[in-house]
Amino acid sequence: MATIEVDGKSYETDEEGYLIDLSTWNEEVGKYIATTESLELSEQHWEVINFLRDYYNEFQIAPAVRVLTKAIGKKLGADKGNSQYLYELFPYGPAKQACKIAGLPKPTGCV
Amino acid sequence: MAGPEIKAPPMREFPTVPVMRPDAMGGLKPFIASDKIQADLNFPGAQPAENWQHTHDTAIAKMGELLGQQRALKVYMDSCVHCGACTDKCHYFIGTGDPKNMPVARQDLMRSVYRRYFTLPGKLFPKLVGARDLTPDVLDEWYSYYHQCSECRRCSVFCPYGIDTAEVTMAGREILDAVGYGQKYSNEIIGKVHKIGNNLGLPGPALRDTLEGLEEDVLEDTGIAIRYPLDQKGAEVLLITPSADFFAEPHIDSLIGYGKVFHAAGISWTLSSMASEAGNFGLFIGNQEQLLKIAMRVREAALELGVKRIVVGECGHAWRVAYSFWNTLVGIGDGAGANDPFAIQLQSQLDHRYKQPMHICELTWDLIQQGALSFDKEANDHRVITFHDSCNVARGSRMGDMPGGQFEIPRNIIRAVANHYVEMAPGTTHEQTFCCGGGGGLLTDDLLDLRVKGALPRMEALKLVTDGKGVNFMATICAICKSQFSKVLPYYGYKMGMVGGVHQLVSTAIRLGDK
Repeated sequence: MATIEVDGKSYETDEEGYLIDLSTWNEEVGKYIATTESLELSEQHWEVINFLRDYYNEFQIAPAVRVLTKAIGKKLGADKGNSQYLYELFPYGPAKQACKIAGLPKPTGCV
Repeated sequence: MAGPEIKAPPMREFPTVPVMRPDAMGGLKPFIASDKIQADLNFPGAQPAENWQHTHDTAIAKMGELLGQQRALKVYMDSCVHCGACTDKCHYFIGTGDPKNMPVARQDLMRSVYRRYFTLPGKLFPKLVGARDLTPDVLDEWYSYYHQCSECRRCSVFCPYGIDTAEVTMAGREILDAVGYGQKYSNEIIGKVHKIGNNLGLPGPALRDTLEGLEEDVLEDTGIAIRYPLDQKGAEVLLITPSADFFAEPHIDSLIGYGKVFHAAGISWTLSSMASEAGNFGLFIGNQEQLLKIAMRVREAALELGVKRIVVGECGHAWRVAYSFWNTLVGIGDGAGANDPFAIQLQSQLDHRYKQPMHICELTWDLIQQGALSFDKEANDHRVITFHDSCNVARGSRMGDMPGGQFEIPRNIIRAVANHYVEMAPGTTHEQTFCCGGGGGLLTDDLLDLRVKGALPRMEALKLVTDGKGVNFMATICAICKSQFSKVLPYYGYKMGMVGGVHQLVSTAIRLGDK
């Protein structure tokens, strides 16, 4: 089990850097994980991250890519409601990379 | 992701035997399952190094048990003559050049141990017959190279003795699990199937929400109210499909397509929250108990929902399990256990005018032949399509009533719904198809380097038709293939969106409402 240090506090992660206890997540932790992914978080990133966390709180799973694109499209305009926009924000894939930064578990299976 | 940059190997102008790069992939080791993940599957956790004798004895005992149960495994251990026919047939050898990824070498990792403990010459003169003791190093080597095999069985097509390396890999993984040396990716997923119902860990309420959202989208797109029902008792068809179809792109486009086919044909259908997963990773880890336990959910769901037919969506290894094993495992299909009351109940419930189970491609093709579906083929005119045969469908199953139906039926559907279809080169399709590079429990980020390299032969075949014939869409009927290609295509300079499902193409062209 690995740990990350943010503001003098340590957080447990799995081998790939996903947070073990998602209740310990805060924005600073999100920012730190983003730097390990070579990403600087903009307002647009936070829109996605906040939506993921809200959805997870309700359903205990990250949203399907389609659900995510639809929600982002509604919020930020139809031109942004597509997976290409999400891949621009999160080049390693919106499902996995954005989940990691949002402190959510990694989606598993054939995805 | 941290770590060294992953690059695609250069494409070869002519597919000659690659230059050997000994131990090129020697250190590769996917993440090991934690003790908790192992415990959820009734497997032991990691064993301390000082307990080696116990680990050693357990592994050898497990090997003996498997050799006793599986006549095939013993034949595979005994019959190889090292003719070399398989050597250059593995996509992972072609992509990595590591000689231990030659199928014969992969088998020999176990064969050498088999000889030492289970044959007289190996017991007496180990060095003379290439026999070796099981040591911690050997076990590490097994872990590494039995997770560099996607159990695709391409090599077995070329073996004059029919040795199936997939079975050796499965036995290897089963022995590793028995000594607490499990793979995180596969074993964590199996735990989720038991706890939540599918590989993704998608709980019922999230599934319902996703399907309702899909109904809204399809209504918006087509103006027609197409249903994606969940847990609907009394429906005619129970559709068992990979959970990736609910979650990922492009998978979900095929799910939309299945719904349109059922709608257009007027067949009532349902998905099940209990059996919301077609995939059965029990196959990948070679564990009979898990294979059975995962398959059993399908029977339970079918009995509970009272359906007449069981149809399987676009998932490669699920179709192998369904077609080849569901009958004797859980009593779906002919040959069900005669003394099993639930199998008997299920058999009397199912409508035997139809194949049980049936592949979604068989269902769609039957409807097309009956004239029950019609298409605007021009809707697919922006696509020049080729078809990637998925290994478990190609080499582990069949469709329809004809030998080779598993090759022809998906192609027939594509030709019925689109105008531009192109084959890839012979020797890379049908029973000789190359694995996508991510099958058999290897579709995980910690093996991405291997996955990119293993895709090389398929990418070379694809390049010939993209360059020469203008192909811009590769259709396939497997969730793993779709995810794997979405991930690795960009490493070869292609767009991730050029892979998709056969029913995605059906969805584009099918006429709904007034015909």
